[in-house]
Amino acid sequence: MKRIFWKRWGLPLILVLVFPFTIVLPKLGIINPYVNLVLKYVGINIILTVSLNLVNGYMGEFSVGHAGFMAIGAYTASLLTVWVFPHAAGPFIFPLALLAGGIAAGIAGLGIAFPSFRTRGDYLAIVTLAFGMIVKSVLENLDVVGGPRGFMGMDKLTSLAWVYICVILVIFLARNYVFSNFGRGVVSIREDETASELVSVNSRQVKVLTFVFSAFLAGIAGGLFAHELQFINPRSFTILKSTDMLVMVYLGGIGSLGGSILGATVYTLTLEGLRTVLQQLGISQEWRLVVAPLMLVLLMIFRPRGIMGLREFRFLTPHDERPEALAEHRKQIQATKRAKEVLP
Amino acid sequence: MTLLHIEHLTHYFGGLRAVQDFNLDLQPGELVALIGPNGAGKTTVFNLITGVYRPTEGKIIFQDQSLIGRHPYEIISRGIGRTFQSIRLFKELSVLDNVRIAHYTRAGYSPWEAILNLPHFTRQEARVCQEALELLNIFGMADLAETTSKNLPYGQQRRLEIARALATRPVLLLLDEPAAGMNPGEVEQLMETILWIRSEFKLTILLIEHQMRVVMGIAERIKVLDFGQTIAEGTPKEIQNHPRVIEAYLGEEVAA
Repeated sequence: MKRIFWKRWGLPLILVLVFPFTIVLPKLGIINPYVNLVLKYVGINIILTVSLNLVNGYMGEFSVGHAGFMAIGAYTASLLTVWVFPHAAGPFIFPLALLAGGIAAGIAGLGIAFPSFRTRGDYLAIVTLAFGMIVKSVLENLDVVGGPRGFMGMDKLTSLAWVYICVILVIFLARNYVFSNFGRGVVSIREDETASELVSVNSRQVKVLTFVFSAFLAGIAGGLFAHELQFINPRSFTILKSTDMLVMVYLGGIGSLGGSILGATVYTLTLEGLRTVLQQLGISQEWRLVVAPLMLVLLMIFRPRGIMGLREFRFLTPHDERPEALAEHRKQIQATKRAKEVLP
Repeated sequence: MTLLHIEHLTHYFGGLRAVQDFNLDLQPGELVALIGPNGAGKTTVFNLITGVYRPTEGKIIFQDQSLIGRHPYEIISRGIGRTFQSIRLFKELSVLDNVRIAHYTRAGYSPWEAILNLPHFTRQEARVCQEALELLNIFGMADLAETTSKNLPYGQQRRLEIARALATRPVLLLLDEPAAGMNPGEVEQLMETILWIRSEFKLTILLIEHQMRVVMGIAERIKVLDFGQTIAEGTPKEIQNHPRVIEAYLGEEVAA
């Protein structure tokens, strides 16, 4: 009995116990502001990577427009906290602003979902590319939100604690989705779309759900990003931002949440670590930009599916889906019902 | 009552006439075979029934409702199951997941319930898993539930395809060359399987097959297509002796 309790509630308990540290450690200065910043970036990048992995990894489409969703989330959340919500209530209303940013991005996600009914592969990639460019151009030409100069005035609401909460929620929601029949539908579209429709998968529903959900997550990350930098402009959300996400997804591994966590963490920490290393060695910082693509090239040659491609960490797998749970379920069935051997 | 009624079904691929004036009535419980040389339009008929293509002309009525213009998933969830000529499993997925995907429309929970992991979702998910495992158990494949499906031997992959089609709870099962690539021993087993699932799951079966042993062995009625046209129809005995069939297709086999 005790064992079962720990198995089920061990991980949530640890996550809850860690939470106070995310508030206390930065306050007391035990983590210096730089480390704090890097940790927040790691968190935001994990959310972005999970978001993009749903489309590129699980569904097998190729989106290069996720920076657009991120921008919509960032601007929506920022407009709310600066213009609508009272500043005094900032930290408490912040989650609402994030949620609104996510929802706005999710609605934009429909804009990609509908073309995806008819086109796929390279052609859909072009559609997402166009989407990203449209978002950027629209923002550049909207003077109300600062046009190309950008938008500022946000308080620094993105604390380590909020990032921590968001990351855990996002991973929890994404895990539930992936391990449901909808999630299996997503993967079946990647494997063989025609066959999936012919075993009753409503592929349109799956596409709408996945694009909206993925865009929603990118929107949340955008909101966090905006309230960390306290300044956003359309150039923060170009194709380069989308490329960063792509690198993290393929580094960590397609079709894997554990891979998304690893990919975002390894990539962010490597780039930050290089900053110090290069400085020590007296080499120009521009070489940092060489390392990331180089990592990607080597990875594609030696491990094309990324670190965790199509595999999942045990702690991210629901209890009923773990091998021993399935084996037990199977044995029960085999015991109660005699296998009617059709074929020897 | 007629289960499936097809009338004047015609389909063009550009200028190519793939199927012309195809008519078929299936009674519940029947096992009918569709034969004909390569390119005769047999698989096209399956694709038209399941909504992969929209017919140029004609009617398809299943259980008194027209299937024209419906999406494949709608047609499947109305009770038509189908397997493929070339195996089309979800290769990277486990055997169990292959079967569970076929529960898509019967999963019984909404996306919200799934994403928020609500109790209703958990219960339904357990039920889906149970049903899928039971089905695999019937096919003697429960032990392989966690195996990645691309790692199964050929015969098992064929069997899994049938199991997956049955997981959609069909009334009518469309089998597209189930014996392709099988050795004589396996073919023998397959014929038994088909007859067994027909009675066990109370199915009506429409079968495309090249191996005459299977067709003549289990089909009650046979329809012969050539270049999209129906050239003969009847019991296995009648078809074997039909002059046009011999001419178009069976020729030497019957002569020998």
